[in-house]
Amino acid sequence: MRLDVMKTYKLYIGGAFPRSESGRSYELKDKKGNFVANPALASRKDLRDAVVAARSAFNGWSHATAFNRGQILYRIAEMLEGRSLQFIEEISALEGVSQTSAKKQVQEAIDLWVWYAGWCDKISTSAGGTNPIAGPYYNFTIPEPLGVVGVIAEEKESLLGLTRGLAPVIAGGNTAVLIASESAPLPAITLAEVLATSDLPGGVVNILTGKRSELVPWLAGHMEVDGIDISGVAKTLDGEIKRAGSENLKRIHRFNKDVSPNRMLSFMEYKTVWHPIGI
Amino acid sequence: MSTEIFEYAPAPESRAIVDIKSEYGLYINGKWVAPHSKKRFASINPATEEVLSKVSLADATDIDKAVKAARSAYNKVWAKMAPKERAKYLFRIARLLQERAREFAVLEALDNGKPIRETRDVDVPLSAAHFFYHAGWADKLNYAGYGDNPKPYGVVGQIIPWNFPLLMLAWKVAPALATGNTVVLKPAETTPLTALLFADICEQAELPAGVVNIVTGDGSTGAALVNHKDIDKIAFTGSTEVGKLIAKSIADRGIPATLELGGKGANIVFDDAPIDEAVEGIINGIFFNQGHVCCAGSRLLLQESIVDEFIEKLQVRMAKIRVGDPLDKNTDLGAINSSAQLAKIKEMSESGSKEGAQIWSAPCALPTKGYWFAPTIFTGVTQAHRIAREEIFGPVLSVLTFRTPSEAMEKANNTPFGLSAGVWTEKGSKILWAANELKAGVIWANTFNKFDAASPFGGYKESGWGREGGRHGLAAYLKGAK
Amino acid sequence: MKSLIDGSESSLRAFLDNLPGVDKVGAEGRAAMLATRSIKTTSKAKAIDLAIKMVDLTTLEGADTPGKVKSLCAKGFRPDPTDASVPHVGAICVYNDMVEIARKHLDSIGGQDIPVAAVSTAFPSGRASMEVKLRDTKDAIEAGASEIDMVIDRGAFLSGRIGEVFEEIREIKSLCGDRAHLKVILETGELATYDNVRKASYLAMLAGADFIKTSTGKVTPAATAPVVLVMLEAVRDFYKLTGQRIGVKPAGGIRTTKDAIKQLVLVNETAGPEWLTPDLFRIGASALLNDLLMQRMKLRDGRYSGSNYVTVD
Repeated sequence: MRLDVMKTYKLYIGGAFPRSESGRSYELKDKKGNFVANPALASRKDLRDAVVAARSAFNGWSHATAFNRGQILYRIAEMLEGRSLQFIEEISALEGVSQTSAKKQVQEAIDLWVWYAGWCDKISTSAGGTNPIAGPYYNFTIPEPLGVVGVIAEEKESLLGLTRGLAPVIAGGNTAVLIASESAPLPAITLAEVLATSDLPGGVVNILTGKRSELVPWLAGHMEVDGIDISGVAKTLDGEIKRAGSENLKRIHRFNKDVSPNRMLSFMEYKTVWHPIGI
Repeated sequence: MSTEIFEYAPAPESRAIVDIKSEYGLYINGKWVAPHSKKRFASINPATEEVLSKVSLADATDIDKAVKAARSAYNKVWAKMAPKERAKYLFRIARLLQERAREFAVLEALDNGKPIRETRDVDVPLSAAHFFYHAGWADKLNYAGYGDNPKPYGVVGQIIPWNFPLLMLAWKVAPALATGNTVVLKPAETTPLTALLFADICEQAELPAGVVNIVTGDGSTGAALVNHKDIDKIAFTGSTEVGKLIAKSIADRGIPATLELGGKGANIVFDDAPIDEAVEGIINGIFFNQGHVCCAGSRLLLQESIVDEFIEKLQVRMAKIRVGDPLDKNTDLGAINSSAQLAKIKEMSESGSKEGAQIWSAPCALPTKGYWFAPTIFTGVTQAHRIAREEIFGPVLSVLTFRTPSEAMEKANNTPFGLSAGVWTEKGSKILWAANELKAGVIWANTFNKFDAASPFGGYKESGWGREGGRHGLAAYLKGAK
Repeated sequence: MKSLIDGSESSLRAFLDNLPGVDKVGAEGRAAMLATRSIKTTSKAKAIDLAIKMVDLTTLEGADTPGKVKSLCAKGFRPDPTDASVPHVGAICVYNDMVEIARKHLDSIGGQDIPVAAVSTAFPSGRASMEVKLRDTKDAIEAGASEIDMVIDRGAFLSGRIGEVFEEIREIKSLCGDRAHLKVILETGELATYDNVRKASYLAMLAGADFIKTSTGKVTPAATAPVVLVMLEAVRDFYKLTGQRIGVKPAGGIRTTKDAIKQLVLVNETAGPEWLTPDLFRIGASALLNDLLMQRMKLRDGRYSGSNYVTVD
């Protein structure tokens, strides 16, 4: 017989795969109680590093052409497709769902990446526009990326849920710090391997596995973080997160499995530019 | 000899056109009612310290009454009304404001201290334009890009500042009503009078009772409004400090808020700028409305190669600013709105000197009564100075310099605020590059402090949440719209 | 005067190209704001008298006759025959062949200190040989003109032959010497942009103009407020560069007291009060004078005057 080679599931920060600086991990079992993996238990310092990486990647990613971002998001879908089996295995093991159901989730996630890939170079047109000023001025409004956005992935539907949160955030030109599903973090890390081979610049997406109760308060209070998708947090924590987030007036939003350009626009800012017209 | 030839004689606008009552109640459910607390406070003319009127101090009981009236009006009348009829009420209001423009202009100048030239040419016409613009949206919301039949929130609590009392009322009330919401509006403590006169416009327009409720008061009144359990949305314009408090107050309730907060706008002048117009733009950017402007260009970033020439031109121009009686048609800079604001400006100004920046004030005589501050600039300011970081909200300009375009952008963006920025250059590609780089909600290129009902306004970062004006501003009052 | 250019066309071009541009909307906005100044009571009275002193009372018609010119001179000398406190105008401005008549008539009625200005250099188009332009100017000076209102060659300016324009002004200036003040008409309505107005203003000043003047009065638009604003900025900044104060003369379209006072406000708040003298600011006009007189009567008598209470010429 041949012994399987097991994968070490690590964090994804700035395009690299480090272990937690704390040296911690947590044991993950499947629904039958079998050991699956020891993913990293990220600390607040890992979160800090992830935010630093996301901030440094922001200038490049937000200035990339929308067409280029669309190409890269589509590339993510291509790479996901090729790795489907691995995701299906991980999802069915950790979520305890059938292979068919896991496969459906993976396919939906892939299709969602494709959908948002196409949005990259359309959101400015559909949401922006020129404004008729009562005077000799040219005036237009366009949505621009917000900055560094924390995405707390939905706990269930581990791959699809994180895609619903992550894809619109980076499609809009933001960089992201994703906190993976606590009970099913493996698809997030496997996605990191996909991202790392999809021409996505390092730091645009940073993925942490670990305890939400430990990480979320630090994310909410971090002054370098501009927005948070809190779809994956229990509603009872909304008040606490929003209060912490108000220190720098973070844009904090919760979505109910929405798939919509509004999810992009929630983490974009409208910029209006004026210029006189005349010779 | 020639200097005395053209001293402009006083040209005061008559205040006879305005009938200010000695005291005002609260405008709730289409009626004037006495405040529950029985307390009233004075609204004064900051140019003379004269008491103009006594207005009511609303407490939580009054707020509850106003919210109930707004709820009832929403359920029974406003939400059910055909949108085209709603539109016509707004058109009526726009026209009534135009008809009574001079009255509002004089009252605003008296209560706020801003010059009649600005209330007459900016505040009042823009307010009317805002109603006119939004009136047209009321029956066209299906075409606004927010899906079919977008829904209003319901009852909106609105809190407005003292710097543009009537205009901020228009920015709040017009889109809220156009989208089908009803409102409880709290004007600023020091400038309630034009909002109270606006109640008269609502009466003349025969607006159904309870659609617009106007409750005067102080910070406690605002807090009562924010904390009222039956408010569906908050819209606030004011300081970042209070904006954060509001964000905290509503954190548990899950209701949305639009926040238009502070700024520390950079006005960036490149060496290839249209210099004379840039000087005007800088003047307009910081001395318009006594600098009581959240989007003021309070940081001048000058390319090092033109610093001396530009500062000299700026000082020559500043010396021509006419400071004095707000009702004089030739006044450019009026009174500081309150003694508290004046104290804040003085404190900030002193800190600038203490931290080593060089102060220069225009040589103008200031009236002995009232609250006044001469147009002032600080040169030799660095990013580390308080006057380069904190909002002064007065006629005080901080001048910084830069060597390269990238350095200008870096300095301009190096602030927790992100409301406005100005760029001055005759090179088109540089304008678009700068507009792309600057982290601010409004970029004025080769102009500054321009406003229009059709143009969205609002900030990045700690300058707030959401936009007001234009198609994008409608989203603030429609559920699920972005 | 410091030398700003070395006289070569390339140095002239370098200087003009280095001038900052004018943003149209900004300049017009500033002019419009200044137009809201409200000049009342005592300031208005002073402004009216000042404006009268600044009027270059003008007739430039093909139908001009000695009779017409003489009555213009009489009007300029004594604008209101019923009120001796009304000052005389700044100058009488006529075509070349009327200079002698105007000069003699002014002298004969006591108006020796009112200068006669002659439009010159193939006014208004400037389309003639340099020889003709020089002769035109020489004739006017010899006939008694102490002010020469020359036109620039707008065609040359617009096609970039600025050296030619510069040389023409220099030659005319040199002919004027200290016998006549030189006003250089830019014909801003044909220059089309404010950038061109600024460049032409500097070009004229560098070439030796004593005054820069907006228009011939034969082209519209003429002396619009923003054009005058840009020219006043130019003389203000030229003074800063050289220590020399150049005058400004708007002409064309200034018909009412209100228009004239707006011009004075522009001067006061742009170039500064130092320019509020007939030595440095003139208004080329004809109908304006009567409106100034009627407004003056209104201030004096407290009632509106009528057209029959001022003289038609």
